[in-house]
Amino acid sequence: MEGGKEKDAYTKACGIIEMDPSDLKKLGAWRGTNVRVTSKYGEVVVKAVEATQGPHPGLAYIPMGPWANSVVNPNTYSTGMPTFKGTPVEVEIAMNEPVLSSVHLVQKKCRGEA
Amino acid sequence: MSKSVTDVICPFCGTLCDDLEVIVSDDGKKIEDIYNACAIGAEKFMHAQAADRVKKPRMQQPDGTYKEVSYDEAVDYTAKMFHKARKPLMYGWSSTSCEAQSIGHEIAEKAGAIVDNTATVCHGTTLIAVQDVGIPSCTLGEIKNRADRIIFWGCNPCHAHPRHQSRYSIFPRGYFTNKGHKNRKMIVVDPRDSDTAKMADYHFKLEQGRDYELLSALRVALRNEPLPETVAGIPREKIIEVAEVLKSGRFGIIFFGMGVTQTLSKNHNIDNAIMLTKDLNEFTKFSIMAMRGHYNVTGSGQVLGWQFGFPYAVDLSRGFARYNPGETTSNDLLRRDEVDAIFVLGSDPGAHFPISSVRKIAKLPSVCVDPHITPTSEISKLHVPVAFVGVEVGGNCYRMDNVPIEARKVVDPPEGMLTDVEFLDRVNKRLDQLMGGKK
Repeated sequence: MEGGKEKDAYTKACGIIEMDPSDLKKLGAWRGTNVRVTSKYGEVVVKAVEATQGPHPGLAYIPMGPWANSVVNPNTYSTGMPTFKGTPVEVEIAMNEPVLSSVHLVQKKCRGEA
Repeated sequence: MSKSVTDVICPFCGTLCDDLEVIVSDDGKKIEDIYNACAIGAEKFMHAQAADRVKKPRMQQPDGTYKEVSYDEAVDYTAKMFHKARKPLMYGWSSTSCEAQSIGHEIAEKAGAIVDNTATVCHGTTLIAVQDVGIPSCTLGEIKNRADRIIFWGCNPCHAHPRHQSRYSIFPRGYFTNKGHKNRKMIVVDPRDSDTAKMADYHFKLEQGRDYELLSALRVALRNEPLPETVAGIPREKIIEVAEVLKSGRFGIIFFGMGVTQTLSKNHNIDNAIMLTKDLNEFTKFSIMAMRGHYNVTGSGQVLGWQFGFPYAVDLSRGFARYNPGETTSNDLLRRDEVDAIFVLGSDPGAHFPISSVRKIAKLPSVCVDPHITPTSEISKLHVPVAFVGVEVGGNCYRMDNVPIEARKVVDPPEGMLTDVEFLDRVNKRLDQLMGGKK
């Protein structure tokens, strides 16, 4: 995060979804497969990894960053605070789609290309 | 020969460590090594040295690429943007010094802007709760010397505040806690087996979003009233056991983080946590503290507080200070298209706001003042690189417990680079010229 957000290291650290091994099995995905995460509010392609701070079946985790912010609930319910946590999502395998870097992801989303 | 600079302040997180040692080359230009810092803090110092650092302001061209411009042009563009805008948003302020914040607020008053800091997506709900029910708090020094019951609720300091536990909360030997962590009971509430949770004496692995229920259950347990068999997935016996542990302590502290402020119920989670603290004070001494993220987000709240009376989301567009979270907060303003220009300093909404808000930023006239390249800088019309506060320029900062600490300068900034204060000062003066002395 402090090493430069345009760098690969940031994508590797935050362009991921941490999933429980049992959920990965259900999905039929290997560790390290790219997956598409879809919520009511948007979608994003990230890399599925096994939860390091698990287990937590049924619960997936995308670290704070533009990838998570592509799918979270932006509604603040008059508190000023978007609802960053507890967004219901669907995960599907998207093996051939790339995980975009933070800058590309945000630029593409802003231009309406992704 | 290199020289060593001691007692350096780390400008990363709200723990604001003040014991870093930085080895600097003889000419005072290059950082060679850093001692005592956590991995993230060290990375920040080293990144200031990166060869690919942006050194000149950059203006976005119609095709989306960036062209270097001079600081004079950047100052002019920024001042004109403020002059023209009817309701600009000035967001960020958490990764800069209090001095810079103060000049920013002067500009905001002239331009009729809304000043909002990163608390809006962080501890904003905490501030709402504090206004509702007050807060019994203390300093980190008191925790180090006295606290023997430590609760981490919805936070993961192992990763976010890496030296918090070793400097203040768990491991240090204090005056009344001379056995270090052996004196302390650590309770972690987190739906995940976070690395902090793995260290805990008690880990409440609650169901996601059930913080309010669990806080209420602890309050019920303190009163010896009946509880259902499980609350938020935690068995009744465990809740009662932990309530007894909390009561039996001599001094306790609740640290809480984004796990409660961003989860549904938001400010109500916090006000319940504060009320739990109040209840615990019937039995022993208890305090509560927000785990503030940026190194000077607390300072932004302080400066806004003493200048305008409100800690964030301050609307100056009507000529006097208004504050109404849900209306004058950044994400609400952006979602409702209520602002016509955006100025970002010391934060990265491009990465940290929901994408629907980011899209709005990309469409507006926008200036991003940031030493780094970030998603925000890459969608803004103008990116102005500045010197790193705490590395290349000093300034006042507030620790998470509201203790002000003066950050130190370690090395010179790259030649010709302005600091936040210098840049804002020039924008302020240019804005004066444009307005011709009229307010």
